Amino acid sequence: MGLLDGLLPAYYESILITVGIYIILALGLNLITGVTGQLNLGHAAYMCIGAYTSAIMSMHYGMPFIVAILAGGLLAAAFGVVIGYPTLRLTGDYLAICTLGFGEILKSVLYNVPAVGGAMGLAGIPPKTTLTIVFIVMIIVIISMVRVESSRFGRALVAIREDEIAAECNGINATKYKLQMFSLGCFIAGIGGALWAHKIMVLQPRDFGFLKSIEILNMVVLGGLGSIPGTILGATVLTSIPEILRFSSEYRMLLYGALLVAMMIFRPHGLMGGVSFNSIAKRGMRWLKPGDKPDDKPGQKGMGG
Amino acid sequence: MLVVENVDVNYGAIRALVDVSLEVHEGEIVALIGANGAGKSTTLRSISGLVKPNKGRILFEGSELQKCPPHKVVEMGISQVPEGRRVFPLMTVLENLEMGAFTRKDRANIKDDIDKVFAKFPRLEERKKQPAGTLSGGEQQMLAIGRALMSKPKIMLMDEPSMGLAPMLVQEIFNIVKEINQSGTTILLVEQNARMALAVANRGYVLETGQVVISGAAADLAKNEAVQKAYLGV
Repeated sequence: MGLLDGLLPAYYESILITVGIYIILALGLNLITGVTGQLNLGHAAYMCIGAYTSAIMSMHYGMPFIVAILAGGLLAAAFGVVIGYPTLRLTGDYLAICTLGFGEILKSVLYNVPAVGGAMGLAGIPPKTTLTIVFIVMIIVIISMVRVESSRFGRALVAIREDEIAAECNGINATKYKLQMFSLGCFIAGIGGALWAHKIMVLQPRDFGFLKSIEILNMVVLGGLGSIPGTILGATVLTSIPEILRFSSEYRMLLYGALLVAMMIFRPHGLMGGVSFNSIAKRGMRWLKPGDKPDDKPGQKGMGG
Repeated sequence: MLVVENVDVNYGAIRALVDVSLEVHEGEIVALIGANGAGKSTTLRSISGLVKPNKGRILFEGSELQKCPPHKVVEMGISQVPEGRRVFPLMTVLENLEMGAFTRKDRANIKDDIDKVFAKFPRLEERKKQPAGTLSGGEQQMLAIGRALMSKPKIMLMDEPSMGLAPMLVQEIFNIVKEINQSGTTILLVEQNARMALAVANRGYVLETGQVVISGAAADLAKNEAVQKAYLGV
């Protein structure tokens, strides 16, 4: 452990950790909103559950970091099931409003629960998040997302996004798959939140409001809904831009906004819409060996009867 | 094989189906004809589980369907070619066909069955790597039929397969319906194009404002004066 830590100046290391955590969060949302097409405006709520749970686990119960992270993920997933079960029957705007509502309710509840610090928040969380840990978790999340994408489960999710009724007519249990997908996305958000909590060491309910959800959604949309490499790129770009733009001091967020608008005008499907690791690999193969198409099936087609 | 017994379907206060009963025997093509809003599609949707009947029973090979969710209905051997085709637009033709085989356990035979679909619809093979949304209406209909065949259904429910197609294609689609039936799949066909539907069907039911008003052998229906007047434009 600790291979990557201390190699870079603290400032860059901190930015890289933030980028890594946002990649994790955005990949969770990409599964829900990008791959399956269920607009979720409350992703920060699940991040928040993961953050608070893990913080309490390590502060009050002295649990090892890995246990705290998993507990955060699991509780977020459990909330995902409880919230998802009634709301995933809704579609489009209705689902969006419900997820948004849950985020705001959670925030209000946290403001009023003294046990988790209320409006003062939780302070004194041990700084256990290191670049190495974030990097490892990020790689695990990326690999699992790529595997989900090419699995039977992933195909079913895409079918649901494309046409839910047609998906059901083809024997896909849309309710079940949506619920499994949603809780998996929330689990990842919870893990991201746990890493976040142990990086910034102070949690306040207002950090997990609507704006945070939109920030993560921006990354997914900018990168290209449903595209894993796109989501990674989107999270990287949007996390680093505010840092890069620091030279412009107070105009920073203005430039950030203008950049977002410009990107959506010139790349409406996101930076890498429709691009997957698989398609990148295929294109690379073709580029390396021109004239040799690896995805073409050899031989004659069998005769039907 | 398939029995619909005294089924009522209400959409809120609107009564879409009133006491509808019909039967489909193995090996048949049964046509369900009627005007817009007569309840044809609702009948199909209640069989495939997309809407729940408020009253009545639906039996398939003796087991009750009316409480089954759509994916269970597919597993039992009923597949639906939905109204308006509903192919997955961003998936390729090949991927669409693979989705059709979603419920199957015999993974190994799927490839052969895709080849069979391609043999039936050579145009789909030419376009197998194209996103389905870029196909013409007729090709999308063929894909929707091919996709429904991929689940190896015992009975296929077809909702307005000729809708929005050029007359030549309509003829082609009906020939395909006949072929599929001859290779052993029972078909329940919903159509506004009553003439064509009755020409391929064995038996027919005429729906009017949610009720079955006339039923009988397709040839007899085609000769029935009331049917001719209302649906065949004679």
